[in-house]
Amino acid sequence: MTTLNTTPKFIGGPASYLDDRLGAGSFLKRNLRKVFPDHWSFLLGEIALYSFIILLLTGTFLTFWFKPGMGHVIYDGPYQELRGVLMSEAYASTLHITFEVRGGLLIRQMHHWAALIFVAGMMVHALRVFFTGAYRKPRELNWIIGVLLLTLALAEGLTGYSLPDDLLSGAGLRITEGVAISLPVIGTYLTFFLFGGEYPGEDVISRFYALHILLIPGILLALISAHMILMWVQKHTQMPGTGRTEQNVVGAPFYPAFMAKAGAYFLFTFAVVAGLGTFAQINPIWLFGPYTPADISAGSQPDFYMGFLEGALRIMPAWEINFLDHTIPLSVLIPALVPMGIVMTGLALYPFLEQWVTGDRREHHIADRPRNNPHRTSIGMAGITFYGLLWLLGANDEISANFHIDLYHTTIFGRFAIFLGPAIAYWITYRICIGLQRRDRDVLGHGVESGVIKRLPNGQYIEVHVPPAEDIADHMLGKKEIPIVPGEPDEAGIPPKGARSIIGKARASMSKTYGTDHIPLELEAGEGHGHEEHAAIGPGEHKEHH
Amino acid sequence: MTANGHSSTNEDDARVPRRVIGTPAAGTAVLGKEAPPAPVEEPGVAYPDEAAAKKAERWVALLFLITFLGGVAFIASYVIFQVGTVNSTAASNLALGSSLTVALLSLASGIVIWVRRVMPKYNLIQERHLMASAPDTREYVADTFVAGANESGFVKHKLLRRTLLLAAAPLGLAPLVLLKDLGPLPGTSLRHTVWKKGLRLVVEGTGAPIRAADFNSPGGILSVVPHGYEHDLNALAKATLILIKFRPDQLKSGTNANWTYDGIVAYSKICTHVGCPAALYEQTTHHILCPCHQSTFDATDGARVIFGPAARPLPQLPIGVDSEGYLIAQADFDVPVGPSFWERGDAEAKAREARGNAS
Repeated sequence: MTTLNTTPKFIGGPASYLDDRLGAGSFLKRNLRKVFPDHWSFLLGEIALYSFIILLLTGTFLTFWFKPGMGHVIYDGPYQELRGVLMSEAYASTLHITFEVRGGLLIRQMHHWAALIFVAGMMVHALRVFFTGAYRKPRELNWIIGVLLLTLALAEGLTGYSLPDDLLSGAGLRITEGVAISLPVIGTYLTFFLFGGEYPGEDVISRFYALHILLIPGILLALISAHMILMWVQKHTQMPGTGRTEQNVVGAPFYPAFMAKAGAYFLFTFAVVAGLGTFAQINPIWLFGPYTPADISAGSQPDFYMGFLEGALRIMPAWEINFLDHTIPLSVLIPALVPMGIVMTGLALYPFLEQWVTGDRREHHIADRPRNNPHRTSIGMAGITFYGLLWLLGANDEISANFHIDLYHTTIFGRFAIFLGPAIAYWITYRICIGLQRRDRDVLGHGVESGVIKRLPNGQYIEVHVPPAEDIADHMLGKKEIPIVPGEPDEAGIPPKGARSIIGKARASMSKTYGTDHIPLELEAGEGHGHEEHAAIGPGEHKEHH
Repeated sequence: MTANGHSSTNEDDARVPRRVIGTPAAGTAVLGKEAPPAPVEEPGVAYPDEAAAKKAERWVALLFLITFLGGVAFIASYVIFQVGTVNSTAASNLALGSSLTVALLSLASGIVIWVRRVMPKYNLIQERHLMASAPDTREYVADTFVAGANESGFVKHKLLRRTLLLAAAPLGLAPLVLLKDLGPLPGTSLRHTVWKKGLRLVVEGTGAPIRAADFNSPGGILSVVPHGYEHDLNALAKATLILIKFRPDQLKSGTNANWTYDGIVAYSKICTHVGCPAALYEQTTHHILCPCHQSTFDATDGARVIFGPAARPLPQLPIGVDSEGYLIAQADFDVPVGPSFWERGDAEAKAREARGNAS
């Protein structure tokens, strides 16, 4: 077995050269062994990060051949079915990439799949951060950056989706135009400026191209870098467990373990994207034909991340207000702005609203287990249900066709479900959280079932309970109380300062609801049984077992 | 904020933490010539069993070998498989993609086994510190800021401050002004289409004019565009029609009978919701359905909305025939087609009023 005793010359030489000029040594001294905590859910954000890198790589490849023009050409490429057809340069060059560039189809499909995984990765990562409360002080700003990233990713997806200028993407563009033109006061002007005149014009593809390959990815790259740097400087949160406190980080060092693991994880993401690009066909634009505003195919669906907006448009009743010669098309405005507004604004404001309700100004580095903040978890699940229902209803035509349900019934169901669903989800989630907390208390108070049945001299059968393993117990004991702002009146009946106004009272009452721990882990005297054994079968029944 | 020597030096900087377990001791030259300490048994670093590591090494080597072969196969596939037809492209895609997938997957797996079976298990502990700077640092920064602001004279010299703000305002607006030429102003363009009296209706796709006498099977439907504008997408985005033939008794009051010809009705195909082509037609119920958001229109009754998010009927185009018996437009639409917009207003009411005055 060989080991290194000194830094090899070919590394030490250049390293010294760089250190002489950059002074990077002290940075490396502090950071090479930076500790990263380990939990499977901490890897979700990395999926998004690596998908973004794959998007940059595959996207650059595509730009080498793609021509973002709307000038008309007659296709004379090798795809027989479209020969002689009039189409835009954008669509013709996408066909060229597909059929005449080796690996072009693969890279195009990988680019599309990576985009879907990018957004999906951001979503599950955001949910992990939300449900574990990892957005709390000092990480609120990084959370805001994350919300901006998600919003920008949707814009990036929308602009990219429109570029091939096929019939399907054109339908999406038409809906985008219909939504933009519905905006009060500015809508018409906005549309004319975006499209360079009337829809569809000859400018929108090249403009979307500039946004898609330069402006938005530039901002994304800057924000992702800021996101990473903040994570690095503030250090990652960790799950509660043995030896883990608010003042430390427990885990593996960046060099060499975390670095290698991260590299492997990037390769896994890359492999999955490559596998999907190989075996799962996506967006076969040659089957759709070039865009014309006169045609559409039934069952047109957007990419998944736009589905919730599509669903909102579909279930909205036909409300439109005309007054003083002007029109407010609520049937477009409400679904286009309200769900997105609720989700994105709600996400962005949540850390601050929670801080206001709990009055909690402390730093938090230990992640919450979702069950231990039942109201937060329930709000999150209500949000997921709201989003998920809209997403599902964005495919109500497919649901109707595949499950033989009347199309209009799905719409009417959606109009009610969008209000009832989140409420039901809230209640169910709350009950589950309380149930799980109860279970934790039982495990800590009574131990876990060992599977060993013992017969006592008096004929009673009991199952032997043993104390939980130390790591599991420590994980459960990581539960933190949620602070409550004072709201109870003193002996003289005077409420504390800050809880006297209407808003103050509302805050105090919300705080009490949000923070009250119904299942405290410390067992009250007399509730604990003091012994670790439980009757599995009562003594009266033992005869039946002979 | 991390790990460097604290016990020996840097007493004045309270934010520099003590040495972290598993990191080099203070004064250890990471880049220098001195030998780093040999890997000793440290707390939090547990080396795997030697034999197990040896076995894992063989697995990793096998996986890396597969990656090598996958990479070679990828390059070979690029050379061997040509593209051009649907089938050859599919074969090339399969060969390139599967070799790439295998190569990446086994490389990733190899590294994971390497980390998990060959590298030690770590349970290192590093300290955290409050993000906030020390109070005296904050105070120093605040003092420096105030001193600098006073030195600059920005506070004292009012005129300087105000003219600077004044100077910045137009320059800040300049980029916005520059965007004006992104597009023309809308004007009344959204209220008109290319349809005008005498313009022939032609079948979308073939461009053939339509003889009214030939379009004679009730229930028939055609997608129609204006003659001469078959490839003008801006024109088509507003002017595309659906043409439906009815028996005269099927039409209800919502349809303007004067604008039909021999039971043939022309409606705008552009949905009044967000502008998708309302392309689906159910012959038995005479419903026109937009596939995007399922707005449903009754074709026998002026294309009024019977379900979905569209708020207005599809506008009807007045049609007739020319001397050769071909269908032509009698006029442009009298209301704007397509999605609603701010300046639109209740165009239908105005059009009704205008028609009432005319008759």
